[in-house]
Amino acid sequence: MVRPDGADEIAGALRAPASRGVIARGLGRAYGDAAQNAGGEVLDMTALHAVRDLDLPGDRIAVEAGASLDELIRLLVPLGRFPRVVPGTRHVTVGGAVASDIHGKNHHLDGTFADHVESFELLTPAGERLTVTPDDPVFAATAGGMGLTGVILAATLRLMRLETSWMRVDTERAPDLDDVMARMESGDAGYRYSVAWIDCLAGGARLGRSVLMRGDHAPAGELPARRARAGLVPPPAARLAAPPWVPGGLLRRTTVAAFNEAYFRRAPRLERGRLEPLHSFFFPLDAVRGWNRLYGPRGFLQYQLAVPFGAEDALRAALERLSRGGVASFLAVLKRFGRGSERGLISFPLAGWTLALDVPAAAAGLGPLLDELDELVAGAGGRVYLSKDSRLRPDALGAMYPRLGEWNEIRAGLDPGGVMRSDLARRLALTAGGPAPAGRRRRRSRETAA
Amino acid sequence: MRDALGSVQSVLVLGGASDIALATVRALVADRTRTVVLAARDPDALAGRVEELRAAGAETVETVPFDADDLDAQEETIGGVFERHGDVDLVLVAFGVLGDQERSLEDPDFASGVLRTNFLAAAWAMLVAARRLRAQGHGALVVLSSVAGERARRSNFVYGASKAGLDAFAQGLGDELAGDGVHVMVVRPGMVRTKMTAGLDDVPFTTTPDAVAGEIVKGLRRGAHTVWAPPVLRLVMAGLRHLPRPVFRRLDV
Repeated sequence: MVRPDGADEIAGALRAPASRGVIARGLGRAYGDAAQNAGGEVLDMTALHAVRDLDLPGDRIAVEAGASLDELIRLLVPLGRFPRVVPGTRHVTVGGAVASDIHGKNHHLDGTFADHVESFELLTPAGERLTVTPDDPVFAATAGGMGLTGVILAATLRLMRLETSWMRVDTERAPDLDDVMARMESGDAGYRYSVAWIDCLAGGARLGRSVLMRGDHAPAGELPARRARAGLVPPPAARLAAPPWVPGGLLRRTTVAAFNEAYFRRAPRLERGRLEPLHSFFFPLDAVRGWNRLYGPRGFLQYQLAVPFGAEDALRAALERLSRGGVASFLAVLKRFGRGSERGLISFPLAGWTLALDVPAAAAGLGPLLDELDELVAGAGGRVYLSKDSRLRPDALGAMYPRLGEWNEIRAGLDPGGVMRSDLARRLALTAGGPAPAGRRRRRSRETAA
Repeated sequence: MRDALGSVQSVLVLGGASDIALATVRALVADRTRTVVLAARDPDALAGRVEELRAAGAETVETVPFDADDLDAQEETIGGVFERHGDVDLVLVAFGVLGDQERSLEDPDFASGVLRTNFLAAAWAMLVAARRLRAQGHGALVVLSSVAGERARRSNFVYGASKAGLDAFAQGLGDELAGDGVHVMVVRPGMVRTKMTAGLDDVPFTTTPDAVAGEIVKGLRRGAHTVWAPPVLRLVMAGLRHLPRPVFRRLDV
């Protein structure tokens, strides 16, 4: 892994690529192998994090790709601005957010990250520095393109305005899946942000019992006097750290079931208008540094599926399968997407429902269970999220991403030599449609290996 | 590419006629493996296996002639597989001979053949494969050792010594490759009912190729350095290993 200081150094790495290719990496928060490149070169982009231009009246910011959303939020919140789309952690970079075309709790209204990108600058493997706008096919191949079209150097983002750094949150308990889905269908339009925590271990009549959390930014007039002074404060840094070592089996079926029970019961049946700081609403996990370690030495994997509206039965079947399999998921989230992504050819979101869960990798029978879910999801016209995937079968991909061929054509045009490569691309044969790289030698001495 | 659950997509077997290797590849193909290369002295004899693996879902099944004892030819054979198929996620070193102990005692030349195949040729193959795996930056190298290498027994110490050497070699190589993304796993089966042991009597804890394959797949999942098959042998051998010589000598092993 190398950490280039500027675009010239990146251009150099692309001009004389390592024998096993190059991939850009942000803050390494993708759950899978999208920013890994075994035996090849990985460009750590975090040194390129300058703000190029901040246009407050115009509500836009131009930043280098290695800037993290954390940096942006700390800068912007005191100025009364906020990114239009943020994911569940603020420790991702702008480049990564474009390459994964991430979504947030407001997808049903505001779409994906790329929907608010006015343009970005792409360094192609051919050495061109392109300024790409949404009407360009290169935009569609790069947004959600998993970094395989080149290296994103910078992006111009549209921002939203904030009056306070507080959220006004409504919380309700839903006893089962039908109930939570009905509540989301009828009520989501009234909230900018909506997400449900879902208990994957509850079965039978309680299948899909959830805690639905919805809210919006609190306007200044709603803050009580004692908080009015602290109207726009940036989120604090993480205070808690997970212990460096925990027993492997800490998060198992029994403990997670007990946690889920407590979490469900602790949640208010119905609560309206609670004020919550922005960071705890958007980024609950960022409060504990290294929370992933709680899964023990073998870690965990994320699985996120989406099925189109009309395929609710597949979602139910998936939940039933998970509940029956007893695969303990500490964090499972249900969200109703808005329209499908139009800006990214292989972006994940589609018009439908998405379910995300993380499960300990050591769980017995996990592989076959997830394979089954893949089939179910693909059969329903759905897909799994590549940024989170670490175990999909390559043959399942085509059915999930029908525009993969189109994407691959544009990608191959930008990268005829197959310079951009990642473990994800290798594992899923993502770039298989393109021409094979020619004349590359695999053998490298140990000293030059990244 | 190996995935997050330790599943592999492509495998090269050195010693493609091995029953344990076949059972392992069967289990892998039932999961994710789509490319299988079987390297064996007599590839034509593997036609049935090729058919079986194809029917089970493997997309590419290839056999290549491979004489482990022909050390100089190994580079071309093994290297050729990496050239033709791209990344190889798993190299399974499964060849070996049992060798008649009585004959070894009478015929040093025969004994040296056992040592040469089981130790020298296997170590050579591991070095050749390790270079390729290191260059690709990922992959697993699994080697079939034996409990016989854990403590030499009167009845088959020539075989045991060859496996003891191989086992030590593989452990050292595993440590050497630890930072390069290459995972070396030593498999120590007990008595397994295979072609190699046909005609021998069962001993306690005798197992089957499928059971050994199951342990190998599990070991790959958890990134194990050492796998015993059956797993109880880890405890049994820990005890046997520390028996005083006069006591060990009296055991009927």
